[in-house]
Amino acid sequence: MFSTAIIVFREVLEAAIIVGILAAATRDVPRRNRWLLAGMLVGLLGSAMVAASTDLIASFASGVGQELFNALVLGVAVLMLAWHNIWMSSHGAELASHARNVASDIREGHSECSVLLVVVGLAVLREGSETVLFLYGIAASGDSGTHSMLFGGLIGLLTGIGVGYTIYAGLLRIPMRWFFAATTGLVLLLAAGMASTAAHFLIQADLIPALASPLWDTSALLPENGLSGMLLHSLIGYDARPAGMQVIFYMTALTLIIIGMKMNAKPRQSIQTTGTI
Amino acid sequence: MKKLTYIFLLLPIYAYAADTDINIVLQDHRFQPSEINIPAGKKIKLLIENKDKTPEEFESHSLNREKIMAGNSVTKIYIGPLEPGRYPFFGEFNEATAQGVIVAK
Repeated sequence: MFSTAIIVFREVLEAAIIVGILAAATRDVPRRNRWLLAGMLVGLLGSAMVAASTDLIASFASGVGQELFNALVLGVAVLMLAWHNIWMSSHGAELASHARNVASDIREGHSECSVLLVVVGLAVLREGSETVLFLYGIAASGDSGTHSMLFGGLIGLLTGIGVGYTIYAGLLRIPMRWFFAATTGLVLLLAAGMASTAAHFLIQADLIPALASPLWDTSALLPENGLSGMLLHSLIGYDARPAGMQVIFYMTALTLIIIGMKMNAKPRQSIQTTGTI
Repeated sequence: MKKLTYIFLLLPIYAYAADTDINIVLQDHRFQPSEINIPAGKKIKLLIENKDKTPEEFESHSLNREKIMAGNSVTKIYIGPLEPGRYPFFGEFNEATAQGVIVAK
């Protein structure tokens, strides 16, 4: 039961952290809860479908369909998060200042909501499908311990959601003037980490070279299967033994998003005239 | 005899061009063989046949690999080139029994 709880916790944690950070980052977007919920439902539905078609997905692209699928899902999520940050760099202050007109509110809120829907949906889909497969395996084995193992799964699920909620609640307590810097920074690192994981899957599929593999090894210092390693992996994309190509993907995503944000940021004056932050 | 010689002459080319395939079987949540010797510094293709009807996740922190294997299917995983050493792997869904190690020499 205990091991089941840990496995489910591990899978749920990553999605929960992503949802927690995004929920905080979009706190002022109108009708945010509805979109968040829709994203989770779509993700859950999708994860059941992905789990059911594991065989089919795996058989694509001469056996590396699963890697391609993961890389694609991560790539789309990176693009959406990049879009979120770049958009927020010019509109975030207005949204927070509550000094906006209703028409632009709805228009701009919409694009932000679709980001929320897609990223939350994809995060739940990716991690959820593995959880579904794992729990299906337990249920299908029909051993005597099935019930206690499924109960363990439930505990893992709730614990994971608890961590996600804690991050969300913690972020909301940050004073408004630091809030945007904090959530923008977290989303930035989340996106870079996903880019690195996408590279990891493309290397595994032998589609891109690993370059140095690993570039460094900090597994003795901070193992990825320990709690802090797991948290750091989900938060900032920490990898104890990254390939050189992963680091290149990480840095490239980070740099491009920062450049996009700088280019899109409004001059300081206009922010100050729209309201107090 | 002449034909055989030709074939032998071609062998180094073949060995260079193709990945080395390693077959592993997963049955009753155990890897067979559980210890696999591979040459260091070469790219290797693992072909893992999951004979169980339940899915499994191949995972190795030291190899930096993770892949879902559907029940009753063959999964392909590329690893290497590796430095000489021991690289443990396991099936995440049945970690108690599904253990193995790649030894690069």
